[in-house]
Amino acid sequence: MHAIHDSAGLWTLAWRRLRADRIAMAALAVVVGFLLLLAGSATGLVAADWEEEVAVNYAPPTFAAPRAAQAAPGVPAVAATPAAPPANEFDPLADDLRELRATLGKAVAEPATERAPSLLFGADKWGHDIIRKTIKGGETSIVVGLAAATLAVGLGTLFGAVSGFYGGLVDDFFNWFYNVFTSIPSILMILTVAAVLQQKGVLTIVLILGLTGWTGPYRLIRAEYIKHKAREYVMAADAIGASAWRKMFSHIFPNVSHVALVQVSILVVGFIKAEVILSFLGFGVPVGVVSWGSMLNEAQNELILGKWWQLAAAASAMALLVTAFSLFADALRDALDPKVK
Amino acid sequence: MLLQVRNLRIRFRTDKKNTVEAVKGISFDVPHNRTVALVGESGSGKSVSSLAVMGLLPPQTTLIDAQSSVLFEGREVLHQPAAQRRAMCGRDIAMIFQEPMSSLNPVFTVGAQIGEVLRLHMGMDRRGARARTLELLEEVGIPEPAAKIDAYPSQMSGGQQQRVMIAMAIACKPKLLIADEPTTALDVTIQKQIMELIASLQKKHQMSVLFITHDLGLVAEIADDVIVMRHGEVRETGDARAVFAEPKDLYTRALLHCRPSLDARPLRLPVINDYVEGRFGAAEHQPQRTRGSAPGDDIVLDVHGLKKSFWLREGLFGKREFQAVKGVSFKLARGKTLGVVGESGSGKSTVGLTLLRLHQATGGRALFEGRDLLAMSAREYQPFKRRIQIIFQNPYASLNPRFTVGQILLEPMRLHAIGASDAERTHMALALLERVGLPQQAYHRYPHEFSGGQRQRIAIARCLTMKPEILVCDESVSALDVSVQAQVLNLLQDLQDEFGLSYIFISHDLSVVKYISDQVMVMHKGEVVEMADSDELYRNPRHPYTRSLLAAIPRAA
Repeated sequence: MHAIHDSAGLWTLAWRRLRADRIAMAALAVVVGFLLLLAGSATGLVAADWEEEVAVNYAPPTFAAPRAAQAAPGVPAVAATPAAPPANEFDPLADDLRELRATLGKAVAEPATERAPSLLFGADKWGHDIIRKTIKGGETSIVVGLAAATLAVGLGTLFGAVSGFYGGLVDDFFNWFYNVFTSIPSILMILTVAAVLQQKGVLTIVLILGLTGWTGPYRLIRAEYIKHKAREYVMAADAIGASAWRKMFSHIFPNVSHVALVQVSILVVGFIKAEVILSFLGFGVPVGVVSWGSMLNEAQNELILGKWWQLAAAASAMALLVTAFSLFADALRDALDPKVK
Repeated sequence: MLLQVRNLRIRFRTDKKNTVEAVKGISFDVPHNRTVALVGESGSGKSVSSLAVMGLLPPQTTLIDAQSSVLFEGREVLHQPAAQRRAMCGRDIAMIFQEPMSSLNPVFTVGAQIGEVLRLHMGMDRRGARARTLELLEEVGIPEPAAKIDAYPSQMSGGQQQRVMIAMAIACKPKLLIADEPTTALDVTIQKQIMELIASLQKKHQMSVLFITHDLGLVAEIADDVIVMRHGEVRETGDARAVFAEPKDLYTRALLHCRPSLDARPLRLPVINDYVEGRFGAAEHQPQRTRGSAPGDDIVLDVHGLKKSFWLREGLFGKREFQAVKGVSFKLARGKTLGVVGESGSGKSTVGLTLLRLHQATGGRALFEGRDLLAMSAREYQPFKRRIQIIFQNPYASLNPRFTVGQILLEPMRLHAIGASDAERTHMALALLERVGLPQQAYHRYPHEFSGGQRQRIAIARCLTMKPEILVCDESVSALDVSVQAQVLNLLQDLQDEFGLSYIFISHDLSVVKYISDQVMVMHKGEVVEMADSDELYRNPRHPYTRSLLAAIPRAA
């Protein structure tokens, strides 16, 4: 008899199934770890001082540094003030130049003595600590990914629900809209939205990605609604007098939410990658803000010089998060599928 | 003996740690040239046993006990290598399934699908296979086999599809044919034809048939031996005639009597427990209920010329009108039941759905308190919604799986502002749960935790929250087991007695309709062919279609 054991809701059941899945739990731990780092860096607890130039430029990672660099600390970044050229008596600016040289020499000589020759995972062109920079960059990337994916799936769900549920002319309208949207090459579309918004910043990136990314979720959610609106439980809701809005979001949505959830996870991954492309195109984060995308962008020039560590750090952080997120989303989908029970 | 099953014990893995025992060490025999019926309700393990014989159970989750043994012509089949087993299944043992629609591959012609069996198992070439396929189609009674051999399954009716499945099964002249509920998805007249076909093929080819069904009455005419199963155990085995005449097991007796019979209408239908506890005798000796309509009946719903058309797409831009309901008129009296019978496609369900405005009517009137329900605007109709309600066929589909029973029951009361506060509504919902025979703990549970019969009770409780006057029961007991069906029918009857509800009872099951209805309306292809008081209609059917329907009812005795 069912009356004995305590009732378990579908979410509780899903959680139980998820907990039994070791890979999912490991993936969840990684994702939670990233989110904690994000919270830390957003509140300034971690990596707030990433912009301090703590090492020589392109300081190598400790484990890969040449012995000399490890042994001799405090090598100045700029070896010495270059010797001044012989004075030209006819130079009208000679006095000004002399003054400038004097102040310049002081300014450069001061911090150079404190810079580290190597860091745990190296430093970038300006001597920023790569680990702190990666954490700070993660903040931007994850926020962009999550916010843009939520926006895209939110729009897609809303359009898909209305379109699939009402059908007819409403459906036709949204389908035309969708067709127009998808017929434009996506890069062009992104540039168009960027041109309209005309601002650089995290919010802009979120809007660009969100407003162009809703098409995939729209199709899937629309198909689910078409399937579900003819189900008996929806007819039953109709028979008891539930409004269309209620049927759409209170009755049907919980039954198709797993589709939306999986879409969010796929898009988060996609948008983190898309942010890289946007940064490359010059529509990325503004100067002074760091993201994994901007780090990868810098890395192209560094690679030629053999400075691989910034690329490695940003890429592995991204790969780790993306893999964990995908694995977790996959397991979550399995756990939430109402057909399984 | 052709097939000997000994001590068959099957467990299924539900998750990493737990298993459920579906078949608990059963043994039975299928002799040469006999028809054996394996009868049981859902969860009895009858299908699982037959799938185990065929080796069709999913190997990842199935645990077959090491002591189990299935001997086919003296050879052990359970531990055979896969290739050997595959060669045997299909040639020596063939199987037909419940749903011909989903058993046939929709993208191949039926000729290609039967031909594949012949080429794989008999090593025929294309031409030979085609010739043999034509013979087979002829043999299973497909009209114009030469034309139908190149038809796709979707171009055939359900009955014809099942005939194709049978043709495929007998293609290699199997020694054993396993038929798993082969007629359950079919209409009653088609069911009769398929049963006759199987019986005649059995005689002609001298094969054995293992016939699996939930309907004991169905096999009375064709079975030589009967095996009754319940909860994974064999309850009774024996010669078919002996089992029907003198069932020894109480459960078998209950199965025979819980189904409403055409000859008796007891005040209350017996349920399994009545028999198991020995409280009930034959239904004929119980106090009987009289039914029928009288001229002075108070009419609650007056339907006149109800029409419903669907538009089918045809070609690129064209559409074609399909008239599902062609002008149906009837009057429903207060506190009475109108039975609507008909085969699939007769438009009987469409009538119900159109009356609730779940489909938009194409024409006609439905007068309720002098107002036409079909002509109102959606806003005007809203207050009427609570007064006319519907119970659907499939209790697994009609309850939202993401709502608790409490949410399911409170929602309609909130929408119609029944009860002053949520506390009062909760109180009312709990009282209703008790009224439909569910424990109050059910309130916090989700639908998936309940069995089919319990879910149907929840659906009934949901309707009752609105205190409707008219209840449309659209095949509401068709998906339920015989024993559960009796319980739900009793509940519906009690509620009618208590609240004076009027029912429109839509069903393809003529004995159930006979039991519950005062008046019966017979529909065929969207039209009402006959309407009369139920006793009168069954005693004295006028229309030939009604007569053919009644003749097709399987009779146990």
